[in-house]
Amino acid sequence: MVLPEWLAEPGLNHFLVVSAVLFSLGLLAVISRRNIILVLMGIELILNAANLNFVAFSRYGSLSLDGHMIALFVIIIAAAEAAVALAIALNIYNRFGSVDVELISELKE
Amino acid sequence: MGLDTLILLSLIVLFLPLAGFAVLVFFGKRLPRQGDWLATGLVTVSLLLSLVILFARLTSPESVTAGWTWAQFGGIPGIGEVTVELGILIDNLSAIMLVVVALISTLVHFFSMGYLEGDVRYSRYFAYLGFFTFSMIGIVLTHNLLMMYIFWELVGLSSYLLIGHWYEKKSASNAAMKAFIVNRIGDAGMFIGIMIIFVHFATFSFDAIFSAVAAGNLPFESQAWLTAAGVLIFCGAIGKSAQFPLHVWLPDAMEGPTPVSALIHAATMVAAGVFLVARMFPLFTADALLVIAYVGAATALLAATIAITQYDIKKVLAWSTISQLGYMILALGVGAYAAGFMHLVTHAAFKAGLFLGSGAVIYAMHAALHKQHDHDTDAQDIRNMGGLRSRMPVTYWTFLIFTLAISGIPLTSGFLSKDEILAGTLAFSTLNGHWLLPLIAFGVAGMTAFYMFRLLILTFHGKPADSKRLSMIREVPGVMAIPLIILAALSTFIFYSFNPLGASSGWLFQALARPASVVPEAFAPATWPVFYEAISRVHTPVMILSIIIAVAGVAFAWLVYERRSVSADKMAGVMGPLYRGSRNKWYFDEMYEAVFVNGTLALTRISNWFDFNVIDGIVNGAGTVTRGVSKISGWIDNVFIDGLVNFLANITGSIGMRMRKIQTGSVQNYLVFGVFGFLIITIVLLSI
Amino acid sequence: MDLFAVVFYLFAILIIGSATLMVFSKNIVHSAFALMFTLGGLAVFYALLYAGFVAVTQLLVYVGGILVLILFGVMLTTQGYFEKVKTRTVNLVPATIFTAIVGVLLISVFVSTDWTLAPLRDGESTMTALGELLMTDFMLPFQVAGVLLLLAMIGAVLMASRTRTPKSPGSSYGSPVSSPDSPDSSSQSPDSSSAGEESHKT
Repeated sequence: MVLPEWLAEPGLNHFLVVSAVLFSLGLLAVISRRNIILVLMGIELILNAANLNFVAFSRYGSLSLDGHMIALFVIIIAAAEAAVALAIALNIYNRFGSVDVELISELKE
Repeated sequence: MGLDTLILLSLIVLFLPLAGFAVLVFFGKRLPRQGDWLATGLVTVSLLLSLVILFARLTSPESVTAGWTWAQFGGIPGIGEVTVELGILIDNLSAIMLVVVALISTLVHFFSMGYLEGDVRYSRYFAYLGFFTFSMIGIVLTHNLLMMYIFWELVGLSSYLLIGHWYEKKSASNAAMKAFIVNRIGDAGMFIGIMIIFVHFATFSFDAIFSAVAAGNLPFESQAWLTAAGVLIFCGAIGKSAQFPLHVWLPDAMEGPTPVSALIHAATMVAAGVFLVARMFPLFTADALLVIAYVGAATALLAATIAITQYDIKKVLAWSTISQLGYMILALGVGAYAAGFMHLVTHAAFKAGLFLGSGAVIYAMHAALHKQHDHDTDAQDIRNMGGLRSRMPVTYWTFLIFTLAISGIPLTSGFLSKDEILAGTLAFSTLNGHWLLPLIAFGVAGMTAFYMFRLLILTFHGKPADSKRLSMIREVPGVMAIPLIILAALSTFIFYSFNPLGASSGWLFQALARPASVVPEAFAPATWPVFYEAISRVHTPVMILSIIIAVAGVAFAWLVYERRSVSADKMAGVMGPLYRGSRNKWYFDEMYEAVFVNGTLALTRISNWFDFNVIDGIVNGAGTVTRGVSKISGWIDNVFIDGLVNFLANITGSIGMRMRKIQTGSVQNYLVFGVFGFLIITIVLLSI
Repeated sequence: MDLFAVVFYLFAILIIGSATLMVFSKNIVHSAFALMFTLGGLAVFYALLYAGFVAVTQLLVYVGGILVLILFGVMLTTQGYFEKVKTRTVNLVPATIFTAIVGVLLISVFVSTDWTLAPLRDGESTMTALGELLMTDFMLPFQVAGVLLLLAMIGAVLMASRTRTPKSPGSSYGSPVSSPDSPDSSSQSPDSSSAGEESHKT
């Protein structure tokens, strides 16, 4: 099977495209799902998309090891964020008896 | 003493109050006596060390500076490599100012121990005092404009915190906000000025800027830019030193505790503007200095006329502070550098004393009113006082000394500095014909003597407003009386010059030699080379004239308020509109309210109307576009309308309800709109 | 088509496929497991990009930590049976169109930009270099991150431990047990008796 060159040799752009798709999927999860846990998962996807970009630029661009470093810090922050967000989700559940973000529209007032 | 030791000492002086702040703000409530001894002790140590620095400084000829690299930036477009330094500069100016700040701060700490006893936020108050002292010392010691600006803002912040100390009172929190916002207007100008200088010279350090200008390197190769930079930096001083037209915040700032007024709004922070002008003195062109002189003169006149008719003891002092600050700025503007700065020093002592004295009066009045269970009478209105002399002898005599000093009666410190300023303005006008300046200066001197003695007589002499209350007035405790006595001693001439009739031979005057202007000769003030000669020519007549004017002011006040041979009410009637204008502070607050506050409101009303029409169209078209688009327009509507719902409510019953439904309260919708905005921006950027 | 390309496409399909599954699945437990595959696939991507340490961290923290946390969250916030585990998706069609536009735009930007590329280096262990960076240039962020984690831990514990019975309208557990009023609401009222007296004095 003979593939065109741009397809046969994955490079920077290929990783970027994957990351863009991941980002869009994460965004979709965040804006369309009503379960707060799923919204959280969407945010994790978005963070991972950004991470993939960092690491890809670190490999192909001139970001060198700084990209890895930033990716690591993003992972750290994601961990902290997940812990806090889940605590918030638990509190919301305790307060409203549901984790449906549609129901939680206190911002309206 | 080695230079390194001096730098180290100054760093200790700087950071001791900050250490006090850090400890008190976290552990203040748990310390014995809520930690007031800690704050006071640390500031006292700072005072002793700064005295050491002053003596070391006066005995060695050259100034000390030290810098440490803070941050380094490479390749900033248009500037290139930039190093930002933190640094300390100790010359005569900063050493003297350092002692002033530390001294007043220490005395105010002691006074506050009595004045604020039993306050709810006692430890918080001392913490903020320490923070203020730290930031003020920072302004004094820094060797570059950037740090100056940082500490400048910190000082504004601590002033805000202290004015709003009793934030339960609406007027106090409003006054704090007003002070902060008005100061910000001046600071914006100052920031632009700093940036003009920075963009051209790529440095913040005073020395580097001065030497660059001295070498003929003007900002953007133009003298106009140099003048503009000078005037803009002076804007910072206009805000901080409450000069016309930004003077409106200082009288309101009297809502803070009285010791705070003494420390911040009389002696140190408001003098920071004068200090800034003195610090940047070599950089000002002749035009900039003329602007400074006229702003100072206008301020002095305006504030003095207002002070005559006020009845609140602190407000009178506040307006007189503004007036005296105008004097200092005027002196610097005409080139009487040493006189202006010396007035700062002497004024710091006697005005802090006046405020602490008024604090003592208010404290005693408050206690007496409290015993009478009278909560309606204003403890600060001088019409409710009178005759306090017999009950509060220490306060009375010290207050008398301060009043003599501010009125410019011989043998006091105020006479020395005021006399030099008057001589400076007159000499300036003989050289280039600005006759208005000495005229205003002499007029204000007379008015100052009049209104200060009016205050003194109405408060301490005459018939008491309520003799039963008078019998309950007690002299203040020792911890409050001793600072008054110390300040009274410092208001005599002996500390500044051994000759009671002339300051120019005293150590202070000698230490404050005017720095040479770095501005190219064509734009530098032409009067400077012959200025001192002119001063010595006019000095003796000025002295005699100033004594006559001061005594006339005192005598007039005596006639009107003590002997009552001239009726004050009748005078007010004759003056008519002048009296009413002065009583209402020449309607500045009302003017600003009408122009800026109402102007902004009118603008929002116009935009409201515009939004409403635009929105209406969008709502009508919403049926045809997709639901998402209509949601976005609804979101825009709601954001714009949010603050204006009150206006809209009567006009837009039905449409308002419809919009209310569109705002979902759902975070997800908001996110969609956010991303949508991002999309639009991206598309616009891509298509360019 | 070498091994690199094969692995790349394989895992790209895995990542995007499982991410799609995660987004569209009705069952939240399925979503969580799909997320696990996405994260694992990303770890492989990092390895492909010679970022071994990041890949390992990804596995440890994301798959081992965050995912378990999320599963806990799922279990704690669903009311028991698997019917309830299913969740709603609203506005799916417009949202999908919207995100598709975002995705297309992103991709077009990525592809059309002329990135400055550095020559590829041979893969070597980056561990030592990363460790050195962490102790030199990134010292401050490193410490701050530590403090952040500590704060997050404290915050999460504080927030999660403040348990109250839900005011749940639809819960089948019967009437909610009325919890005793938390004492902290009364103890925070300021000692205002002396404040009013003091504030007259200025």
